Amino acid sequence: MIRFDNVSKVYPKQSHPALRDVSLELEKGEFVFLVGSSGSGKSTFLRLILREERCTHGQVHVLGKDLARLSNWKVPQMRRQLGTVFQDFRLLPNKTVGENVAFAQEVIGKSRGEIRKSVPQVLDLVGLGGKEDRRPGELSGGEQQRVAIARAFVNRPKLLIADEPTGNLDPQTSVGIMKLLDRINRTGTTVIMATHDQNIVDQMRKRVIELEKGRLVRDQTRGVYGYQH
Amino acid sequence: MRAQFVVSEIGVGLRRNLTMTFAVIVSVALSLALFGGSLLMSDQVNTMKGYWYDKVNVSVFLCNKSDAESDPNCAKGAVTADQKKQVMSDLDEMAVVDKVTYESQDEAYKHYKEQFGDSPLASSLTPDQMQESYRIKLTDPEKYQVIATAFDGREGVQSVQDQKGILDNLFGLLNGMNWAARAVMALMLVVALMLIVNTVRVSAFSRRRETGIMRLVGASGFYIQAPFIMEAAVAGLIGGGVACGFLVVARYFIIDHGLALSEKLNLINFIGWDAVLTKLPLILATSLLMPALAAFFALRKYLKV
Repeated sequence: MIRFDNVSKVYPKQSHPALRDVSLELEKGEFVFLVGSSGSGKSTFLRLILREERCTHGQVHVLGKDLARLSNWKVPQMRRQLGTVFQDFRLLPNKTVGENVAFAQEVIGKSRGEIRKSVPQVLDLVGLGGKEDRRPGELSGGEQQRVAIARAFVNRPKLLIADEPTGNLDPQTSVGIMKLLDRINRTGTTVIMATHDQNIVDQMRKRVIELEKGRLVRDQTRGVYGYQH
Repeated sequence: MRAQFVVSEIGVGLRRNLTMTFAVIVSVALSLALFGGSLLMSDQVNTMKGYWYDKVNVSVFLCNKSDAESDPNCAKGAVTADQKKQVMSDLDEMAVVDKVTYESQDEAYKHYKEQFGDSPLASSLTPDQMQESYRIKLTDPEKYQVIATAFDGREGVQSVQDQKGILDNLFGLLNGMNWAARAVMALMLVVALMLIVNTVRVSAFSRRRETGIMRLVGASGFYIQAPFIMEAAVAGLIGGGVACGFLVVARYFIIDHGLALSEKLNLINFIGWDAVLTKLPLILATSLLMPALAAFFALRKYLKV
Protein backbone atom coordinates (compact mmCIF):
# COMPACT_ATOMS: atom_id res chain seq x y z
CA MET A 1 0.00 0.00 0.00
CA ILE A 2 2.69 2.46 1.07
CA ARG A 3 6.41 1.87 0.97
CA PHE A 4 9.21 4.22 2.01
CA ASP A 5 12.71 3.22 0.88
CA ASN A 6 15.50 5.20 2.56
CA VAL A 7 13.47 8.35 2.33
CA SER A 8 15.02 11.68 3.31
CA LYS A 9 13.52 15.10 2.97
CA VAL A 10 15.46 18.32 3.26
CA TYR A 11 13.47 21.51 2.87
CA PRO A 12 15.16 24.27 0.92
CA LYS A 13 17.20 26.67 3.05
CA GLN A 14 17.23 24.29 6.00
CA SER A 15 20.31 22.47 7.14
CA HIS A 16 18.60 19.69 9.14
CA PRO A 17 16.55 17.19 7.22
CA ALA A 18 12.90 16.81 8.21
CA LEU A 19 13.12 13.09 7.50
CA ARG A 20 16.29 10.97 7.52
CA ASP A 21 16.60 7.64 5.84
CA VAL A 22 13.14 6.33 6.72
CA SER A 23 12.20 2.87 5.41
CA LEU A 24 8.93 1.16 6.19
CA GLU A 25 5.95 -0.53 4.66
CA LEU A 26 2.22 -0.26 5.34
CA GLU A 27 -0.04 -3.11 4.30
CA LYS A 28 -3.54 -2.84 2.96
CA GLY A 29 -6.14 -2.69 5.72
CA GLU A 30 -3.71 -1.67 8.47
CA PHE A 31 -4.37 0.89 11.19
CA VAL A 32 -1.21 2.77 12.01
CA PHE A 33 -0.45 5.47 14.58
CA LEU A 34 2.27 7.93 13.79
CA VAL A 35 3.69 9.45 16.98
CA GLY A 36 6.51 11.79 17.85
CA SER A 37 6.98 15.24 19.32
CA SER A 38 6.31 18.37 17.32
CA GLY A 39 8.92 18.80 14.60
CA SER A 40 9.77 15.11 14.54
CA GLY A 41 8.71 14.82 10.89
CA LYS A 42 5.16 13.49 11.19
CA SER A 43 3.64 16.17 8.96
CA THR A 44 6.41 15.79 6.40
CA PHE A 45 5.76 12.05 6.39
CA LEU A 46 2.08 12.64 5.60
CA ARG A 47 2.81 15.35 3.04
CA LEU A 48 5.11 12.99 1.18
CA ILE A 49 2.31 10.41 0.95
CA LEU A 50 -0.06 13.08 -0.39
CA ARG A 51 2.68 14.25 -2.72
CA GLU A 52 2.40 17.78 -1.45
CA GLU A 53 6.14 17.44 -1.16
CA ARG A 54 8.65 15.29 -2.98
CA CYS A 55 11.39 13.46 -1.12
CA THR A 56 15.01 14.51 -1.57
CA HIS A 57 16.43 10.99 -1.43
CA GLY A 58 14.95 7.54 -1.59
CA GLN A 59 11.64 6.40 -2.99
CA VAL A 60 8.04 6.77 -1.88
CA HIS A 61 5.54 4.28 -3.28
CA VAL A 62 1.84 4.89 -2.70
CA LEU A 63 -0.76 2.46 -4.05
CA GLY A 64 1.93 0.80 -6.14
CA LYS A 65 3.11 4.02 -7.77
CA ASP A 66 6.52 5.62 -7.46
CA LEU A 67 5.60 9.20 -6.59
CA ALA A 68 8.87 10.59 -7.94
CA ARG A 69 7.90 9.33 -11.39
CA LEU A 70 4.26 10.35 -11.18
CA SER A 71 3.75 13.32 -13.49
CA ASN A 72 2.00 16.37 -12.06
CA TRP A 73 -1.21 15.93 -14.01
CA LYS A 74 -1.64 12.40 -12.68
CA VAL A 75 -1.39 13.49 -9.04
CA PRO A 76 -5.13 14.35 -8.76
CA GLN A 77 -6.05 10.84 -9.92
CA MET A 78 -3.80 9.43 -7.22
CA ARG A 79 -5.26 11.72 -4.54
CA ARG A 80 -8.78 10.57 -5.35
CA GLN A 81 -7.84 7.29 -3.72
CA LEU A 82 -6.75 9.03 -0.52
CA GLY A 83 -8.95 10.68 2.10
CA THR A 84 -7.62 13.35 4.42
CA VAL A 85 -8.78 14.63 7.81
CA PHE A 86 -7.21 17.47 9.78
CA GLN A 87 -7.17 18.78 13.31
CA ASP A 88 -8.97 21.96 12.21
CA PHE A 89 -11.70 20.16 10.20
CA ARG A 90 -11.37 22.49 7.16
CA LEU A 91 -15.07 22.66 6.41
CA LEU A 92 -16.64 25.36 4.24
CA PRO A 93 -18.66 27.52 6.66
CA ASN A 94 -21.14 28.83 4.09
CA LYS A 95 -22.12 25.39 2.85
CA THR A 96 -24.40 22.97 4.68
CA VAL A 97 -23.18 19.63 6.00
CA GLY A 98 -24.60 17.87 2.96
CA GLU A 99 -23.04 20.39 0.56
CA ASN A 100 -19.68 20.10 2.27
CA VAL A 101 -19.67 16.37 1.69
CA ALA A 102 -21.07 16.72 -1.82
CA PHE A 103 -18.33 19.25 -2.66
CA ALA A 104 -15.72 16.47 -2.58
CA GLN A 105 -17.69 14.66 -5.26
CA GLU A 106 -18.71 17.66 -7.35
CA VAL A 107 -15.14 18.80 -7.88
CA ILE A 108 -14.04 15.46 -9.26
CA GLY A 109 -16.99 15.42 -11.64
CA LYS A 110 -19.28 12.82 -10.07
CA SER A 111 -22.83 12.79 -11.42
CA ARG A 112 -25.63 14.39 -9.47
CA GLY A 113 -27.43 11.07 -9.11
CA GLU A 114 -24.36 9.49 -7.61
CA ILE A 115 -23.93 12.37 -5.18
CA ARG A 116 -27.57 12.27 -4.10
CA LYS A 117 -27.17 8.60 -3.29
CA SER A 118 -23.80 8.57 -1.56
CA VAL A 119 -24.03 11.70 0.62
CA PRO A 120 -26.88 10.50 2.93
CA GLN A 121 -25.25 7.09 3.03
CA VAL A 122 -21.92 8.36 4.28
CA LEU A 123 -23.58 10.81 6.72
CA ASP A 124 -25.47 7.87 8.21
CA LEU A 125 -22.19 6.01 8.51
CA VAL A 126 -20.56 8.80 10.54
CA GLY A 127 -23.67 9.18 12.69
CA LEU A 128 -24.94 12.48 11.28
CA GLY A 129 -28.03 11.19 9.52
CA GLY A 130 -30.68 13.92 9.36
CA LYS A 131 -28.23 16.81 9.89
CA GLU A 132 -27.56 17.39 6.21
CA ASP A 133 -29.02 20.88 6.18
CA ARG A 134 -27.18 22.20 9.21
CA ARG A 135 -24.18 24.44 8.81
CA PRO A 136 -20.79 23.61 10.33
CA GLY A 137 -21.11 26.56 12.73
CA GLU A 138 -24.20 25.01 14.32
CA LEU A 139 -22.39 21.76 15.10
CA SER A 140 -20.13 20.72 17.97
CA GLY A 141 -16.45 20.08 17.31
CA GLY A 142 -16.94 16.35 17.32
CA GLU A 143 -19.78 16.60 14.85
CA GLN A 144 -17.72 18.88 12.60
CA GLN A 145 -14.93 16.33 12.59
CA ARG A 146 -17.47 13.68 11.62
CA VAL A 147 -18.49 15.82 8.67
CA ALA A 148 -14.83 16.09 7.68
CA ILE A 149 -14.46 12.33 7.95
CA ALA A 150 -17.60 11.86 5.85
CA ARG A 151 -16.13 14.16 3.22
CA ALA A 152 -12.83 12.27 3.25
CA PHE A 153 -14.59 8.94 3.00
CA VAL A 154 -17.38 9.71 0.53
CA ASN A 155 -15.23 8.83 -2.48
CA ARG A 156 -14.34 5.50 -0.83
CA PRO A 157 -10.57 6.03 -0.60
CA LYS A 158 -8.19 3.14 -0.16
CA LEU A 159 -6.23 5.10 2.42
CA LEU A 160 -7.41 7.56 5.05
CA ILE A 161 -4.83 10.00 6.37
CA ALA A 162 -5.72 11.68 9.66
CA ASP A 163 -3.47 14.43 10.98
CA GLU A 164 -4.27 14.78 14.70
CA PRO A 165 -8.01 14.39 14.14
CA THR A 166 -8.71 14.51 17.89
CA GLY A 167 -6.33 17.37 18.62
CA ASN A 168 -9.15 19.87 19.14
CA LEU A 169 -11.58 17.55 20.87
CA ASP A 170 -12.26 16.56 24.46
CA PRO A 171 -11.39 12.98 25.49
CA GLN A 172 -14.93 11.67 25.35
CA THR A 173 -15.62 13.06 21.89
CA SER A 174 -12.24 11.75 20.80
CA VAL A 175 -13.26 8.24 21.73
CA GLY A 176 -16.28 8.59 19.45
CA ILE A 177 -14.10 9.74 16.58
CA MET A 178 -11.71 6.82 17.16
CA LYS A 179 -14.57 4.36 17.07
CA LEU A 180 -15.62 5.85 13.77
CA LEU A 181 -12.10 5.61 12.32
CA ASP A 182 -11.93 2.03 13.56
CA ARG A 183 -15.20 1.25 11.80
CA ILE A 184 -13.87 2.79 8.58
CA ASN A 185 -10.72 0.71 8.98
CA ARG A 186 -12.86 -2.42 9.23
CA THR A 187 -14.34 -1.72 5.79
CA GLY A 188 -10.86 -2.45 4.45
CA THR A 189 -9.60 1.13 4.30
CA THR A 190 -6.05 1.61 5.49
CA VAL A 191 -5.85 4.34 8.16
CA ILE A 192 -2.76 6.28 9.13
CA MET A 193 -3.19 8.70 12.00
CA ALA A 194 -0.69 11.15 13.41
CA THR A 195 -1.46 11.91 17.03
CA HIS A 196 -0.25 13.20 20.39
CA ASP A 197 -3.07 11.50 22.28
CA GLN A 198 -1.47 8.98 24.62
CA ASN A 199 -4.72 7.48 25.92
CA ILE A 200 -6.01 6.70 22.47
CA VAL A 201 -2.83 5.01 21.31
CA ASP A 202 -2.57 2.97 24.51
CA GLN A 203 -6.20 1.87 24.31
CA MET A 204 -6.32 0.91 20.64
CA ARG A 205 -3.21 -1.26 20.64
CA LYS A 206 -2.48 -0.84 16.95
CA ARG A 207 0.80 -0.60 15.09
CA VAL A 208 2.81 2.44 16.26
CA ILE A 209 5.48 4.22 14.27
CA GLU A 210 7.56 6.73 16.17
CA LEU A 211 9.65 9.45 14.62
CA GLU A 212 12.28 11.47 16.41
CA LYS A 213 14.17 14.29 14.74
CA GLY A 214 13.29 12.83 11.37
CA ARG A 215 14.43 9.28 12.14
CA LEU A 216 12.28 6.22 12.49
CA VAL A 217 13.04 5.11 16.07
CA ARG A 218 10.26 2.58 16.68
CA ASP A 219 7.95 0.42 14.61
CA GLN A 220 5.89 -1.75 16.91
CA THR A 221 2.84 -3.90 16.22
CA ARG A 222 0.17 -3.59 18.92
CA GLY A 223 2.25 -0.79 20.42
CA VAL A 224 1.71 1.91 23.04
CA TYR A 225 2.37 5.64 22.97
CA GLY A 226 5.58 4.88 24.73
CA TYR A 227 7.27 8.10 25.66
CA GLN A 228 6.70 10.92 28.05
CA HIS A 229 6.65 14.47 26.86
CA MET B 1 -17.30 18.86 -15.50
CA ARG B 2 -20.54 20.13 -14.07
CA ALA B 3 -21.29 23.34 -15.91
CA GLN B 4 -23.75 24.62 -13.33
CA PHE B 5 -21.16 24.31 -10.58
CA VAL B 6 -18.57 26.24 -12.56
CA VAL B 7 -21.01 28.98 -13.56
CA SER B 8 -22.11 29.55 -9.97
CA GLU B 9 -18.47 29.68 -8.85
CA ILE B 10 -17.74 32.36 -11.48
CA GLY B 11 -20.75 34.40 -10.41
CA VAL B 12 -19.72 34.27 -6.76
CA GLY B 13 -16.15 35.22 -7.65
CA LEU B 14 -17.13 38.21 -9.78
CA ARG B 15 -19.52 39.58 -7.20
CA ARG B 16 -17.11 39.12 -4.32
CA ASN B 17 -14.59 41.21 -6.21
CA LEU B 18 -16.99 43.74 -7.64
CA THR B 19 -14.71 46.80 -7.52
CA MET B 20 -11.77 44.89 -8.97
CA THR B 21 -13.97 43.39 -11.67
CA PHE B 22 -15.18 46.85 -12.57
CA ALA B 23 -11.61 48.14 -12.79
CA VAL B 24 -10.66 45.24 -15.05
CA ILE B 25 -13.65 45.89 -17.31
CA VAL B 26 -12.87 49.60 -17.64
CA SER B 27 -9.16 49.16 -18.31
CA VAL B 28 -9.73 46.36 -20.83
CA ALA B 29 -12.42 48.45 -22.55
CA LEU B 30 -10.16 51.49 -22.78
CA SER B 31 -7.09 49.68 -24.02
CA LEU B 32 -9.02 47.73 -26.63
CA ALA B 33 -10.96 50.78 -27.80
CA LEU B 34 -7.61 52.49 -28.38
CA PHE B 35 -6.32 49.36 -30.08
CA GLY B 36 -9.32 49.34 -32.42
CA GLY B 37 -9.05 53.09 -32.97
CA SER B 38 -5.42 52.75 -33.95
CA LEU B 39 -6.25 49.96 -36.40
CA LEU B 40 -9.01 52.06 -37.92
CA MET B 41 -6.73 55.07 -38.22
CA SER B 42 -4.25 52.98 -40.21
CA ASP B 43 -7.12 51.83 -42.39
CA GLN B 44 -8.15 55.44 -42.92
CA VAL B 45 -4.63 56.41 -43.99
CA ASN B 46 -4.47 53.47 -46.39
CA THR B 47 -7.83 54.37 -47.88
CA MET B 48 -6.60 57.90 -48.54
CA LYS B 49 -3.28 56.88 -50.07
CA GLY B 50 -4.84 55.61 -53.27
CA TYR B 51 -3.24 53.43 -55.90
CA TRP B 52 -0.02 55.31 -56.68
CA TYR B 53 1.00 56.70 -53.28
CA ASP B 54 3.57 54.11 -52.27
CA LYS B 55 4.67 53.31 -55.81
CA VAL B 56 5.82 56.61 -57.28
CA ASN B 57 7.24 59.99 -56.26
CA VAL B 58 6.11 62.35 -59.00
CA SER B 59 3.18 62.40 -61.39
CA VAL B 60 3.09 64.35 -64.66
CA PHE B 61 -0.55 64.92 -65.58
CA LEU B 62 -1.36 65.48 -69.25
CA CYS B 63 -4.11 67.70 -70.62
CA ASN B 64 -7.39 66.14 -71.67
CA LYS B 65 -10.24 67.65 -73.67
CA SER B 66 -12.08 69.20 -70.75
CA ASP B 67 -8.82 70.68 -69.37
CA ALA B 68 -8.32 72.36 -72.72
CA GLU B 69 -11.43 74.44 -72.01
CA SER B 70 -10.98 75.15 -68.32
CA ASP B 71 -7.28 75.06 -67.44
CA PRO B 72 -4.94 77.90 -68.57
CA ASN B 73 -2.02 75.44 -68.61
CA CYS B 74 -3.83 73.55 -71.34
CA ALA B 75 -4.90 76.54 -73.43
CA LYS B 76 -3.38 75.00 -76.53
CA GLY B 77 -5.65 71.95 -76.37
CA ALA B 78 -5.41 68.34 -75.27
CA VAL B 79 -2.09 66.55 -75.37
CA THR B 80 -1.02 65.13 -78.75
CA ALA B 81 0.73 61.87 -79.53
CA ASP B 82 3.96 63.73 -80.45
CA GLN B 83 3.96 65.68 -77.20
CA LYS B 84 3.53 62.44 -75.27
CA LYS B 85 6.40 60.83 -77.15
CA GLN B 86 8.61 63.84 -76.40
CA VAL B 87 7.80 63.78 -72.66
CA MET B 88 8.47 60.07 -72.51
CA SER B 89 11.85 60.26 -74.27
CA ASP B 90 12.89 63.26 -72.14
CA LEU B 91 12.04 61.34 -69.02
CA ASP B 92 14.00 58.34 -70.21
CA GLU B 93 17.11 60.44 -70.59
CA MET B 94 17.00 61.96 -67.10
CA ALA B 95 19.40 60.43 -64.60
CA VAL B 96 17.15 60.99 -61.57
CA VAL B 97 14.35 58.92 -63.11
CA ASP B 98 14.33 55.35 -61.95
CA LYS B 99 11.17 54.11 -63.61
CA VAL B 100 8.28 55.57 -65.58
CA THR B 101 4.80 54.14 -65.86
CA TYR B 102 2.16 55.43 -68.24
CA GLU B 103 -1.39 55.57 -66.94
CA SER B 104 -4.11 55.76 -69.58
CA GLN B 105 -7.49 57.41 -69.03
CA ASP B 106 -9.12 54.00 -68.59
CA GLU B 107 -6.58 52.93 -66.01
CA ALA B 108 -6.92 56.21 -64.18
CA TYR B 109 -10.68 55.68 -64.12
CA LYS B 110 -10.24 52.18 -62.77
CA HIS B 111 -7.90 53.28 -59.95
CA TYR B 112 -10.19 56.15 -59.06
CA LYS B 113 -13.12 53.78 -58.80
CA GLU B 114 -11.11 51.46 -56.58
CA GLN B 115 -10.31 54.26 -54.18
CA PHE B 116 -13.56 56.16 -54.04
CA GLY B 117 -15.95 53.34 -54.86
CA ASP B 118 -19.55 54.44 -55.07
CA SER B 119 -19.20 57.96 -53.73
CA PRO B 120 -21.46 60.46 -55.55
CA LEU B 121 -18.45 62.17 -57.08
CA ALA B 122 -17.13 58.93 -58.60
CA SER B 123 -20.42 57.82 -60.07
CA SER B 124 -20.81 60.99 -62.16
CA LEU B 125 -17.37 60.54 -63.67
CA THR B 126 -16.56 59.02 -67.07
CA PRO B 127 -13.18 57.72 -68.34
CA ASP B 128 -12.65 60.56 -70.82
CA GLN B 129 -12.81 63.08 -67.99
CA MET B 130 -9.74 61.42 -66.47
CA GLN B 131 -6.20 62.56 -67.22
CA GLU B 132 -3.46 60.55 -68.83
CA SER B 133 -0.31 60.67 -66.75
CA TYR B 134 3.27 59.54 -66.37
CA ARG B 135 3.97 58.12 -62.93
CA ILE B 136 7.62 58.47 -62.08
CA LYS B 137 9.77 56.76 -59.50
CA LEU B 138 12.95 58.70 -58.70
CA THR B 139 16.31 57.35 -57.74
CA ASP B 140 16.33 60.05 -55.07
CA PRO B 141 12.86 61.09 -53.84
CA GLU B 142 14.16 64.57 -52.86
CA LYS B 143 14.86 65.48 -56.49
CA TYR B 144 11.25 66.29 -57.26
CA GLN B 145 12.18 69.80 -58.37
CA VAL B 146 14.23 68.51 -61.31
CA ILE B 147 11.11 67.01 -62.85
CA ALA B 148 8.99 70.03 -61.98
CA THR B 149 11.31 72.53 -63.71
CA ALA B 150 11.68 70.31 -66.74
CA PHE B 151 7.99 69.76 -67.42
CA ASP B 152 5.97 72.50 -65.71
CA GLY B 153 4.44 74.78 -68.33
CA ARG B 154 5.34 72.50 -71.24
CA GLU B 155 2.64 72.15 -73.87
CA GLY B 156 0.29 69.26 -73.22
CA VAL B 157 1.35 69.03 -69.56
CA GLN B 158 -1.37 70.12 -67.15
CA SER B 159 0.61 69.84 -63.92
CA VAL B 160 3.49 68.12 -62.15
CA GLN B 161 2.68 66.88 -58.70
CA ASP B 162 4.91 65.76 -55.90
CA GLN B 163 2.86 62.72 -54.99
CA LYS B 164 3.72 62.68 -51.32
CA GLY B 165 3.91 66.40 -50.72
CA ILE B 166 0.16 66.87 -50.75
CA LEU B 167 -0.74 64.20 -48.28
CA ASP B 168 2.39 63.88 -46.19
CA ASN B 169 1.47 66.56 -43.68
CA LEU B 170 -1.94 65.05 -43.07
CA PHE B 171 -0.52 61.57 -42.84
CA GLY B 172 2.14 62.83 -40.49
CA LEU B 173 -0.59 64.12 -38.20
CA LEU B 174 -2.60 60.92 -38.44
CA ASN B 175 0.47 58.80 -37.82
CA GLY B 176 1.38 60.92 -34.83
CA MET B 177 -2.09 60.41 -33.42
CA ASN B 178 -1.78 56.74 -34.17
CA TRP B 179 1.44 56.39 -32.25
CA ALA B 180 0.01 58.36 -29.35
CA ALA B 181 -3.00 56.04 -29.31
CA ARG B 182 -0.71 53.03 -29.35
CA ALA B 183 1.38 54.37 -26.50
CA VAL B 184 -1.69 54.99 -24.34
CA MET B 185 -3.00 51.59 -25.38
CA ALA B 186 0.20 49.88 -24.29
CA LEU B 187 0.02 51.67 -20.96
CA MET B 188 -3.62 50.74 -20.44
CA LEU B 189 -2.83 47.19 -21.43
CA VAL B 190 -0.17 46.95 -18.76
CA VAL B 191 -2.61 48.42 -16.24
CA ALA B 192 -5.27 45.93 -17.33
CA LEU B 193 -2.91 42.99 -17.03
CA MET B 194 -1.69 44.09 -13.61
CA LEU B 195 -5.28 44.49 -12.44
CA ILE B 196 -6.15 41.05 -13.71
CA VAL B 197 -3.17 39.48 -11.99
CA ASN B 198 -4.09 41.24 -8.76
CA THR B 199 -7.76 40.28 -9.06
CA VAL B 200 -6.81 36.67 -9.56
CA ARG B 201 -4.50 36.81 -6.58
CA VAL B 202 -7.19 38.25 -4.31
CA SER B 203 -9.68 35.78 -5.69
CA ALA B 204 -7.36 32.82 -5.17
CA PHE B 205 -6.58 34.00 -1.66
CA SER B 206 -10.22 34.43 -0.66
CA ARG B 207 -10.99 30.97 -1.94
CA ARG B 208 -7.91 29.18 -0.65
CA ARG B 209 -10.01 27.02 1.65
CA GLU B 210 -12.07 25.69 -1.25
CA THR B 211 -9.09 25.19 -3.52
CA GLY B 212 -7.19 23.49 -0.71
CA ILE B 213 -9.99 20.98 -0.27
CA MET B 214 -10.32 20.53 -4.02
CA ARG B 215 -6.65 19.71 -4.22
CA LEU B 216 -6.86 17.16 -1.42
CA VAL B 217 -9.83 15.29 -2.81
CA GLY B 218 -8.13 15.09 -6.19
CA ALA B 219 -9.82 17.70 -8.36
CA SER B 220 -7.80 18.18 -11.53
CA GLY B 221 -5.70 21.29 -11.97
CA PHE B 222 -7.96 22.43 -14.77
CA TYR B 223 -11.06 22.05 -12.60
CA ILE B 224 -9.49 24.13 -9.84
CA GLN B 225 -8.23 26.85 -12.18
CA ALA B 226 -11.19 27.06 -14.55
CA PRO B 227 -13.39 29.31 -12.36
CA PHE B 228 -10.58 31.85 -11.92
CA ILE B 229 -9.63 31.86 -15.58
CA MET B 230 -13.23 32.14 -16.70
CA GLU B 231 -13.84 34.92 -14.20
CA ALA B 232 -11.06 36.94 -15.83
CA ALA B 233 -12.30 35.98 -19.30
CA VAL B 234 -15.86 37.05 -18.55
CA ALA B 235 -14.73 40.41 -17.14
CA GLY B 236 -12.44 40.86 -20.16
CA LEU B 237 -15.21 39.98 -22.59
CA ILE B 238 -17.52 42.56 -21.03
CA GLY B 239 -14.70 45.10 -21.43
CA GLY B 240 -14.25 44.00 -25.05
CA GLY B 241 -17.98 44.44 -25.66
CA VAL B 242 -17.79 47.97 -24.27
CA ALA B 243 -14.79 48.70 -26.53
CA CYS B 244 -16.73 47.44 -29.58
CA GLY B 245 -19.71 49.61 -28.70
CA PHE B 246 -17.36 52.55 -28.30
CA LEU B 247 -15.86 52.09 -31.77
CA VAL B 248 -19.25 51.75 -33.44
CA VAL B 249 -20.54 54.87 -31.68
CA ALA B 250 -17.32 56.74 -32.55
CA ARG B 251 -17.60 55.86 -36.27
CA TYR B 252 -21.25 56.89 -36.20
CA PHE B 253 -20.71 60.26 -34.56
CA ILE B 254 -17.42 61.28 -36.16
CA ILE B 255 -18.09 60.27 -39.75
CA ASP B 256 -21.84 59.96 -40.37
CA HIS B 257 -23.60 62.13 -37.81
CA GLY B 258 -22.66 64.52 -35.04
CA LEU B 259 -19.30 65.74 -36.30
CA ALA B 260 -20.39 64.45 -39.74
CA LEU B 261 -16.95 64.67 -41.34
CA SER B 262 -18.17 62.76 -44.39
CA GLU B 263 -20.36 65.76 -45.28
CA LYS B 264 -17.83 68.44 -44.39
CA LEU B 265 -14.85 66.81 -46.06
CA ASN B 266 -16.43 65.17 -49.05
CA LEU B 267 -13.18 64.93 -51.00
CA ILE B 268 -11.80 62.49 -48.47
CA ASN B 269 -12.75 58.89 -48.79
CA PHE B 270 -13.65 57.66 -45.28
CA ILE B 271 -13.49 54.12 -44.00
CA GLY B 272 -16.82 52.29 -44.21
CA TRP B 273 -18.75 50.22 -41.69
CA ASP B 274 -17.10 47.07 -43.01
CA ALA B 275 -13.72 48.34 -41.78
CA VAL B 276 -15.20 48.82 -38.29
CA LEU B 277 -17.15 45.58 -38.22
CA THR B 278 -14.23 43.42 -39.28
CA LYS B 279 -12.24 44.73 -36.30
CA LEU B 280 -14.89 43.72 -33.74
CA PRO B 281 -14.27 39.94 -33.75
CA LEU B 282 -10.56 40.59 -33.29
CA ILE B 283 -11.26 42.87 -30.33
CA LEU B 284 -13.66 40.41 -28.73
CA ALA B 285 -11.23 37.52 -29.17
CA THR B 286 -8.43 39.59 -27.65
CA SER B 287 -10.62 40.65 -24.74
CA LEU B 288 -11.39 37.00 -24.04
CA LEU B 289 -7.97 35.45 -24.51
CA MET B 290 -5.71 38.10 -23.04
CA PRO B 291 -7.25 38.15 -19.54
CA ALA B 292 -7.60 34.36 -19.60
CA LEU B 293 -3.91 33.99 -20.35
CA ALA B 294 -2.97 36.58 -17.75
CA ALA B 295 -5.08 34.71 -15.19
CA PHE B 296 -3.55 31.41 -16.20
CA PHE B 297 -0.03 32.67 -15.61
CA ALA B 298 -1.02 34.47 -12.41
CA LEU B 299 -2.49 31.22 -11.07
CA ARG B 300 0.77 29.39 -11.59
CA LYS B 301 2.20 31.75 -9.04
CA TYR B 302 -0.64 32.20 -6.59
CA LEU B 303 -2.51 28.91 -6.73
CA LYS B 304 -0.66 25.72 -6.03
CA VAL B 305 -2.28 22.80 -7.79
